[in-house]
Amino acid sequence: MSTSKPPINSPEIQRLTPVLGPGHTYASITDKISSIVLTRPISLGWLVGFGICFAIIMLLMVAVTYLIGKGVGIWGINIPIGWGFAIVNFVWWIGIGHAGTLISAILFLLNQKWRTSINRFAEAMTLFAVMCAGLFPLLHTGRPWYAYWMFPYPSTMSIWPQFRSPLIWDVFAVSTYFTVSLLFWFVGLIPDLATLRDRAASKVTAIIYGMLAMGWRGSARHWQRYQSAYLLLAGLATPLVLSVHTVVSFDFAIAIVPGWHTTIFPPYFVAGAIYSGFAMVLTIAIPLRKAYGLEEYITMRHLENMAKVMLATGLIVAYGYFFEFFMSEYSGNKWDVFLVAQRLHGPYRYYYFALILCNILTPQLLWIHKIRTNVFILFLMSLVINTGMWLERFVIVVISLTRDFVPSAWGRYSATFWDYAVLLGTLGLFTGLLFLFVRVLPAISIAEMRELVAHNSEEHE
Amino acid sequence: MEQQSHIYGVLGEFSTPQSLIAAAKQARQAGYRSMDAYTPFPIEGLSEAMGWGRTLVPLVTLIGGLLGGLSGFGFQYWVSVIAYPENIGGRSLNSWPAFIPVTFEMTVLGASLFAVFGMLAMNKLPQPHHPLFNVDRFQKHASTDRFFLCLQADDPKFSLPDAARFLQGLKAENVSEVHDD
Repeated sequence: MSTSKPPINSPEIQRLTPVLGPGHTYASITDKISSIVLTRPISLGWLVGFGICFAIIMLLMVAVTYLIGKGVGIWGINIPIGWGFAIVNFVWWIGIGHAGTLISAILFLLNQKWRTSINRFAEAMTLFAVMCAGLFPLLHTGRPWYAYWMFPYPSTMSIWPQFRSPLIWDVFAVSTYFTVSLLFWFVGLIPDLATLRDRAASKVTAIIYGMLAMGWRGSARHWQRYQSAYLLLAGLATPLVLSVHTVVSFDFAIAIVPGWHTTIFPPYFVAGAIYSGFAMVLTIAIPLRKAYGLEEYITMRHLENMAKVMLATGLIVAYGYFFEFFMSEYSGNKWDVFLVAQRLHGPYRYYYFALILCNILTPQLLWIHKIRTNVFILFLMSLVINTGMWLERFVIVVISLTRDFVPSAWGRYSATFWDYAVLLGTLGLFTGLLFLFVRVLPAISIAEMRELVAHNSEEHE
Repeated sequence: MEQQSHIYGVLGEFSTPQSLIAAAKQARQAGYRSMDAYTPFPIEGLSEAMGWGRTLVPLVTLIGGLLGGLSGFGFQYWVSVIAYPENIGGRSLNSWPAFIPVTFEMTVLGASLFAVFGMLAMNKLPQPHHPLFNVDRFQKHASTDRFFLCLQADDPKFSLPDAARFLQGLKAENVSEVHDD
C-alpha cells in the first residue's frame, strides 16, 4: 500500500475523467455552444469541406437522373443478383442510423451522463443516415415515381399490400423509425432553439429560431410535461430501434436462400447496426471536437466509452459469424455447407477475408487502453469498422444470391461506375447535411449541458 | 392613446435552482396558487415545490399507443381477410403472427405522435407571444442562466405591492412587473 499518486493511466484516474471539463457555468456553456451557430464566421475549412460535399451531391444528382432516364440496367444488378449495391447500401446506412437513437434513448433510460454531449449530433446523424438509406429501395424499385404503391391506400386498382411480407414490414419500420427519430430530435431541440432565439443578433435569425422554438419560455409546468414526454419517447424508441434492424434482417431471414435463412440474423443485425453506428459517431465526433474546440465537452471519456461499446458489439457480431458457420456445419444442410465453402473459397473470398480482418481482428486492439485513448487510431479504427460492416452486407447479399440451389441459377456480380457513383453520392449527401447542421443548429444539447453543470456543482457543495 | 395596461404578474429572479425551489415553497405556504417558474433547464423537485400533481402526458401516450396498435392490426385484418383475401395454399386469412411487426410499429408511432403533440397542446404551444417576453431580463437570461418565479395577477390573493414585497422578502433579484400588452 503506497501513499503515492496512482499512475496516470490507472483505473482510479480513469474513473475520474470527467464528462465535462472543469470550471463551466450555465452562461459559459451557453455562450460556447451557441456561438458556433450564431457568431462564429464561416471558416475556410468549412467552405472547402462543404464545397467537396456539394460537388459529390452533384454527382449523386447526375447518377440518379441517368438512372431514372435509363432504368436500373445501368447498375451491375442482373438475374440472379437482383439486389446488389442498392440493398447492400440500404442495410449499411440504416445500420449506421441506429447509434443515434441508441445513444439518446437507451443511454438516457440507463441514466448515463456521458451521453449528453454526443446525443444531439448522433441523432442528426441518424436522420441523415436514414435519409440516405431510404433513397436506395426507392431507386431500386426502378420506377421511383410509383413508390407510393408501397403504402396502403385505396387505389383504383383495388389491390392492397401483402402484409405477410417482410418487405412491407420494412416500409412501416423504416418510416416509423424516421418519424420517431425526427420527433425525438426536435423535442430535444426546442429549449435550445429558444436559447438561440433569445441570443440571436439579427431580427431575421431571431424570427426563424423563434418560429421553430414555438414560443418556448422554460415554464416549470411545460418542463414537467416535456420531461414526461421525453422519457416516454425514450422508452418507445428503445424497442423501436431494436425492431428496425430486426425487421431489416427479416427481409433476408424469411427467404429460404442459403446463408439468409437463419434465426441468428435479428440479434446479429442489431448488434452490427450498433457497431457501425458507434463507429460513425466516432468518425464524426473526432473531427468535430477538433474543428470547433469542443474537447472540453466531448472528452476522452466519451471516446473511450464509445470504443468500449464498439468492442462489445463487435464481439457479438463475431459470435454471429461464428454461429452462422457452426450452424451450417452442424445442421449438415448441404446448401448451407456449400455456402460456407463458397465464402471461404469462392470468387468473393477476399471480401470475406477483408470482412473478418476489419470487423473481428482489428477491433481486438480496442482491448488496449492506449489504443482506446489515442484519438487518431480511434478515428482510423472507426473507418475500418464501417468498411467492414459494408463488406458484411456485401458478403450476405452477393454470395448467397450468386450461389443458390442449382448451378444453372448461379451468377456473378460486379458493380458499375453508377453503383459507385450513388454510394459515393450518398456519402457526400450525408456529410454535406452534417456540415449544414453544425452551422445552423447547436451540435450539443445546451439545456442538457446546463443540467450537467448543475449536477456537478451540487456534487461539489 | 392612453390605455392602462394590464398587469400579468410580478417576476422575481434567482441565481440558483435551490433558491428558486425554496422561494416556490414559501410562496405556496404564503397562499399563492397561480404562479409559475421559468428555468433554462428542467429542475428536479420544482413541480413538487410548486404543489402540482402529475401530468396527463403518460395517459395521452397510452391512448395514442392503443389507438395506433388497434387500428394497425384492425387495418391489416380488414385488408387481408375482408377487402383483399388471397388464398395461399389454404392458409388462414387471419394470419395474425405475420401482422405483429406492423402492429408494433403502429403502436410506437401512435404513442410517439400523441406524446409529442399532446405535450405541445397541453403546453398551449406554439404560442409566439407571451407577456413575459416584455421583460428585458427575462429575454436575456431565462433561457441561459437565471431562474424566475412569477406570481400571477389572476391569483385571488394577488395584489401588486404585496406580491412585489413578498418576492423582495425572498431575496429575489430584480423584481419587476410584467405587463400584458
